[in-house]
Amino acid sequence: MSALVVARQPTSPAERLKDAAASALIALLLGIPMIGLTTVDQGGALRVATRWPALLAFVAVCFAGRLLLRYASDVLRARRLARETAAEATAGARPAAGGALLTGIGWAALAVALLLPIAFSDNRYVVDTATTVLIYVMLGWGLNVVVGLAGLLDLGYVAFYAVGAYTYGLLSTQLGWGFWQALPVAGAMAAAFGIILGWPTLRLRGDYLAIVTLGFGEIIRVILVNWTELSGGPNGITSIPRPSFFGLPFKPPGDAPTFASFFGLEYSPNQRLIFLYYLILGLALLTNVFVSRMRRLPVGRAWEAMREDEIACKAMGINARNVKLSAFALGAMLGGFAGVFFAARQGFISPESFTFNESAIILAIVVLGGMGSQLGVVLASLVLVLLPELGRDFAEYRMLLFGAAMILIMIWKPGGILAHREPTLRHHRPGGGR
Amino acid sequence: MTPATTPLLSVERLTMRFGGLLAIDDLSLDVGARRITGVIGPNGAGKTTFFNCLTGFYKPTTGSVRLNHPQRGSMRLEQLASHEVARKAQVVRTFQNIRLFPQMTVLENLIVAQHNMLQSASRFSLAGLLGLPGYRRAEQAAIDKAVGWLTRLHLIDKADTAAGALPYGMQRRIEIARALCVDPLLLCLDEPAAGLNPRESAELNVLLKHLAADEGIAILLIEHDMSVVMNVSDHICVLNYGRKIAEGSPAEVQRDPNVIKAYLGEEDADEELATEVRP
Repeated sequence: MSALVVARQPTSPAERLKDAAASALIALLLGIPMIGLTTVDQGGALRVATRWPALLAFVAVCFAGRLLLRYASDVLRARRLARETAAEATAGARPAAGGALLTGIGWAALAVALLLPIAFSDNRYVVDTATTVLIYVMLGWGLNVVVGLAGLLDLGYVAFYAVGAYTYGLLSTQLGWGFWQALPVAGAMAAAFGIILGWPTLRLRGDYLAIVTLGFGEIIRVILVNWTELSGGPNGITSIPRPSFFGLPFKPPGDAPTFASFFGLEYSPNQRLIFLYYLILGLALLTNVFVSRMRRLPVGRAWEAMREDEIACKAMGINARNVKLSAFALGAMLGGFAGVFFAARQGFISPESFTFNESAIILAIVVLGGMGSQLGVVLASLVLVLLPELGRDFAEYRMLLFGAAMILIMIWKPGGILAHREPTLRHHRPGGGR
Repeated sequence: MTPATTPLLSVERLTMRFGGLLAIDDLSLDVGARRITGVIGPNGAGKTTFFNCLTGFYKPTTGSVRLNHPQRGSMRLEQLASHEVARKAQVVRTFQNIRLFPQMTVLENLIVAQHNMLQSASRFSLAGLLGLPGYRRAEQAAIDKAVGWLTRLHLIDKADTAAGALPYGMQRRIEIARALCVDPLLLCLDEPAAGLNPRESAELNVLLKHLAADEGIAILLIEHDMSVVMNVSDHICVLNYGRKIAEGSPAEVQRDPNVIKAYLGEEDADEELATEVRP
């Protein structure tokens, strides 16, 4: 732990040495029982053996590591100070330029997203992973309404994802509904659940709200596990129909026309994957446009004002109840849409897909991305989905790597990757004049 | 009674009790339209509690607060929720410890204050989502109103700056500007001069007089800065331990023995405080 506490003031070499020695001492004290002593199995009996060289190496690594960390943090601090001083000189021009850069990155990311399945059309793994990233992007954008804009800490967001997925699962397997028919119904269902969660928690905020939403997420999961007649219990719902291309299924050629036979293409299982990819890309983009527009409308500004100061909102005549419920309902609806897509993509859903772990990852995406930032959510989704994927080679160290990356992001960028907040309207247009 | 003599707000026998503590004790007070009414008293006299009762943040234990709205008739403020007090009765308040939306820009703060007008113009977001002209016009009108107030309060240069990043005195003015965007009939200001320098206080005096005389906004003013209260108030009510101990014009209140006793104590009069009460 001590290695992560970064010094407040730039330090002299002597101070750094002293600090590193202190770390080494702590490492030594901790290391004696943990590394220095070990038990060996000798003919069935346990005997304590010593490993002093290993302990020495551990202490040396701590000493050197701490020294290096302090040195690096001092250098970085000096650089940042220099940069801030330089930035102050050109303060006027900066925000507009930053906004333009972000917009540019956004369009570039969109172009990459559109071209990706064409470039990797025969690479199942890439398209599949990209689809997963987009599901999380969409969930992140949905949760961003609740957490990032309205400032309501929701630890049970996965419940709405589950409601959407199960609504589609049941409607399609029991009543034979198609994907597009079920989508609005599932969204409305999730929104209704959002209001059911929102209503009793209107007076709660912060930690208390987080606990109730956490409980709500678990309630939904436990109901799904135990209400076997409805949800199939732990076995979940199987053989959920895959979405078709306007009625043309993605199947090997048969009697009925299929996507491949209709367009005169050779059948390939990747066609469905690519279609699913573009489907979630479309849904995610719609979500993005919807949320960005909402943010610029009175209700969106009221969400942000509610996050900033609820009492001031009431004093301005804003009905806090309606504003909060609309945030819960809309966030839940978007989660429900993502759930429908998830069910259609997997073809199989079970309560195991909707554990607290998922809520935590979605929340991490919003927080790491920068509360309220749409592009930040994309970047954070990339990091949080790709990092465990890339980390597969590290086997059991994967989660360690994942955790370390999250801690580093929070140290370097405490407000999230993109903490910059773009105003919803401006009096002075960037570049001068009105 | 002719409409001219009917007070805008009449508080009758208002009592607020927190457990064993009597924060406001049988307070009656009239606030006239277009007038500035000062509410003063030592710390803990119940001034802010009184504001909280007026604006729906507290439900008074007993008593009534009646507002005679020129268009909407008489309403009982103590029965309204806090957002309805601002929306229906047009009684708007500011806070002793400034409550802005710090990460939002100054202009956005003032637009949020016009939420109800914009929300109905956006037809519950549908017209707004589609960008229909009716909503665009309403939004432009809201911006124009906000810009108007920002210009008059010398804040227009800071319109696009995050409100929380501005100096204290400016934040006080922004809070007043934001309250003005709600179109108040009665503006309740809780220590608007706290933390202002003498020049800023003098500007505040001019602004308050202008609002009452030219804009026809009644002002209820809690203030410790006697250079503001005595200067601008038409009428002053003095509270101590939740009771009204004096009421009248600034000159009358300053002569009142009860007020002098409350501020200075019974025996040993402190010179510094004496000058504060009698500038």
